[in-house]
Amino acid sequence: MIREFGFPELLFVLEGARWTILLSALAFVCGGALGLAVALARTARSRELRWGATVYIQIFQGTPLLIQLFFVFFGLPLLGLQLNVWLAVTIGLALHASGYLGEIWRGGIQAVPAGQVEAARALGLGYRSVMIDVVLPQALRISLPATVGFLVNLVKGTALAALLGLTEATRAGQLMSNITFEPLRVYSAVGLVYFAICLPLTLWSARLERRLLRRG
Amino acid sequence: MSYQFDFSPLLTYWPELAAGIVQTLRISCIAMVAGLVLGIALTALRMSPSRPLRWLAVSYIELVRNTPFLVQIFFIFFGLPALGLRFDATQAAVLAMSLNCSAYAAEIVRGGVQAVPKGQVEAGRALGLGTADIYRFIVFRPAIRAIYPSLCSQFVLLMLNSSLVAAISAEELTYAAQMIDNRTFRSFEIFAVVGLLYLALSQCLSLVLAAIGRAYFSYPSK
Amino acid sequence: MEQSAAPAIRLEHVSKWFGKLKVLQDVDLTVNRGEHIVLCGPSGSGKSTLIRCINRLEEVQEGRILVDGVELRGDGRNAEDIRRHVGMVFQQFNLFPHMTALENCMLAPRRIHRIGKDEARARAMGHLERVHLADHAQKYPAQLSGGQQQRVAIARALCMNPDILLFDEPTSALDPEMVKEVLDTMVELADAGITMICVTHEMGFARAVAHRVIFMDRGEILESAPPEEFFSAPPARTRPDLPRPDPQPLRGASP
Ligand SMILES: Nc1ncnc2c1ncn2[C@@H]1O[C@H](COP(=O)(O)OP(=O)(O)OP(=O)(O)O)[C@@H](O)[C@H]1O
Ligand SMILES: [Mg+2]
Repeated sequence: MIREFGFPELLFVLEGARWTILLSALAFVCGGALGLAVALARTARSRELRWGATVYIQIFQGTPLLIQLFFVFFGLPLLGLQLNVWLAVTIGLALHASGYLGEIWRGGIQAVPAGQVEAARALGLGYRSVMIDVVLPQALRISLPATVGFLVNLVKGTALAALLGLTEATRAGQLMSNITFEPLRVYSAVGLVYFAICLPLTLWSARLERRLLRRG
Repeated sequence: MSYQFDFSPLLTYWPELAAGIVQTLRISCIAMVAGLVLGIALTALRMSPSRPLRWLAVSYIELVRNTPFLVQIFFIFFGLPALGLRFDATQAAVLAMSLNCSAYAAEIVRGGVQAVPKGQVEAGRALGLGTADIYRFIVFRPAIRAIYPSLCSQFVLLMLNSSLVAAISAEELTYAAQMIDNRTFRSFEIFAVVGLLYLALSQCLSLVLAAIGRAYFSYPSK
Repeated sequence: MEQSAAPAIRLEHVSKWFGKLKVLQDVDLTVNRGEHIVLCGPSGSGKSTLIRCINRLEEVQEGRILVDGVELRGDGRNAEDIRRHVGMVFQQFNLFPHMTALENCMLAPRRIHRIGKDEARARAMGHLERVHLADHAQKYPAQLSGGQQQRVAIARALCMNPDILLFDEPTSALDPEMVKEVLDTMVELADAGITMICVTHEMGFARAVAHRVIFMDRGEILESAPPEEFFSAPPARTRPDLPRPDPQPLRGASP
C-alpha cells in the first residue's frame, strides 16, 4: 500500500534530523580538538611540523568528503579496523573538519599581530602560556565567523552519511520517498529541515563578521 | 596486519578511471561557466530596483546555500519529474551543480561589485554610458579581479562536490571508483588512489584557474 | 546642438535636499557659451552637489536645469543624452584601472558615438597629444603619476567632444608639484574657448581664465563677479547673519 507523505512521515524525517544534529556536534567537537592541533602544528617553529600540517590540510581540502568517508568506512576495515557506521562517519567527518578548522584557525593565529607574541615572550611566558593566554583567545575571536560558517558546511556534509546507510535526515527522506512515491514533497521537506538548522548559523556567522569588521 | 595490498585492479580498470576523470572535469567545467553566468544574473537581480526581484534572488541564494548539495541532487533527479521535468542522471548532475554553484558565485560576485569604488560608476555615467555598458566595461573586470581567489576556491570545491552525483549514478570518477570497488573489493587501494587522483585534479584546476586569472583579469595596480 | 540663442547652462530656482539637509537653496545661475566660471566656497557649501546636478549625477527636487536649452527631465530619461555633451573631471580622477590611458579615452566614443576602432584611436591620441601624454598612451593608470592621471581624465572627457566641461576640484588630490601641469592644461582648454565650470581653490587660475568667480555658502550663491572685482571689493560674502566663512580656501592662490 502506498502511504501519503503526512505527519508521521514528516516526524520520521525530523527524528532523522536529531541524528543530523548529533552527528554535526560530535564531528565538530572531535574535529575541533584535532583541528586545533593541526593549526598549532601549522604555525609551529619546527619546519617538519609545519610541512606535515600543510600536507594534512591539503589532503582534506583537496579530496571529496565522500571519498574520505568511503575510505574510512570501506577501506579501513580491510586493515582489520572494524568500525560501525556511526563510528566510521564520525571519524570521517571529524578528520574532514579538522583539515578545514585547522586552516581557518591557522589564519586566525597568523592574524594576531606579531607584537602580541613578542610582548608575551618579553614577559617571560613560555609557549603554552603565550598560546593559551595571549594568542588563541584573539585568534579564535578573529576566526569565529569563518568557524561558524564552516559549521554550516559540516551540517550539510552530514547528509553524506545517508550514502553509507546511516538514517539521519537525508536517509530518512530517502526511505519516506521510497514508500510514499512523493519525492518532490519529501525532499522539499528535508531541504527545509536543513534550512531551519543552517540559516540561523549562517545569519549568526554574518553578524559576527560584520561586528568584527566594525571593531577592526 | 595480514592484509595484502594489491593495486593491480586499478591498473586493470584504468580506462574506466580515465573516463571518470574526463567526465568529472567535463561536468565541472560546464557547471563552473553556467554557475558563474547564473551567479552574475542573480547578482544583477539582487541589485535591481525592484524589491520583489531582490527578495527572490536573496531567497534563492540562501535556500541553496543552506541546504545540502546531496538533497538538491535528489530534489532535481527524483523530485522534479513529478512536475514533468525529467532529466537523465548526467543532465540532472550538471543542472544541480550549476544551480548550486550559481548561489555561491552570486554571493562572491556581489562582494566584488561592492569592492569597485563608486567613483568608477560615476565616471562612466558622466561619460554618458548606460547601465549595461557600465557594468560590462567598467565594473566587470575589476570586480572579478577583486574576488578571483574566492571564486577559484569555490570552483575547486564544486569539482570535489561533483563526486556526490555518483549517488544518482551519474558517471564520473567516484562512480567509476564504486563500480571498480564492487567488482574487486579492493576498497582501501581504490579509495586511496581515487582520493589522490582528486587531489591531483584539484591542484591542477587551481593552477589552470590561476593562469586564466593572470591572462584575463590582471592589470597593473598600486 | 546648434541652438545658439540658448545659454550653455541655466539653473532656475534649484533646490536640493539630502534627506532633511537642504544643500542647494534656490540657486539661479546662467552660464553663457564659452564662459569660464570658477566656483568656490567653504567645505560642505554645496559646490560639488551643484555641478553634479548639472549632469544629473544628483537629482534636484525643485527648480529647472537646462543644458543647451534642453531641460533635464525629472525622470532622468534624457540624462544620458545630456551627459554626452557635458564632460566631467573628478577630484579622484576615476580612471578605469583595467584599461590603458588610450583605452580609457576610446571607451565612450566607441560605445556611444559608435565609431570604429581606428577612428576612436586617432581621436584619443589627438586628445592625449593635447594634454602632452601621447608617449604614455599604453600605460595603465597605476603606472602614471597623479598629475598624469588627471590629464588622462581630461583627455577622456574631451574625447566625447563636449560642449561643456565640469571640473570638481581637479587639483586637490594632487601633490603640489603636479598641480601646475594640470592647471596649465586647463588654461590651454580655456583659451580654446570651451565652456567651463570649475570648482577650485586655485585663485591664480581664477584670475587667469575666469570670466566670473562665484562664491557659495550653505547652498546659496552669495557673490558672483568678474575676478578683478571679486578679489578687490570688500567681501559681500560675509553676511551679518552668517558666521564668517573659513577664509582658508581663498588663500591658496599659487601660480
Ligand atoms: N550623498 C550624500 N548624502 C547625504 N549628504 C550629502 C551627500 N553628498 C553631500 N552631502 C552633504 O551635502 C552638503 C554639500 O556637499 P558638497 O559635497 O556639495 O560640498 P562641497 O562644497 O563640494 O564641499 P567640499 O569642498 O568639501 O568638496 C554637505 O553638507 C554634505 O555633507
Ligand atoms: Mg566637493
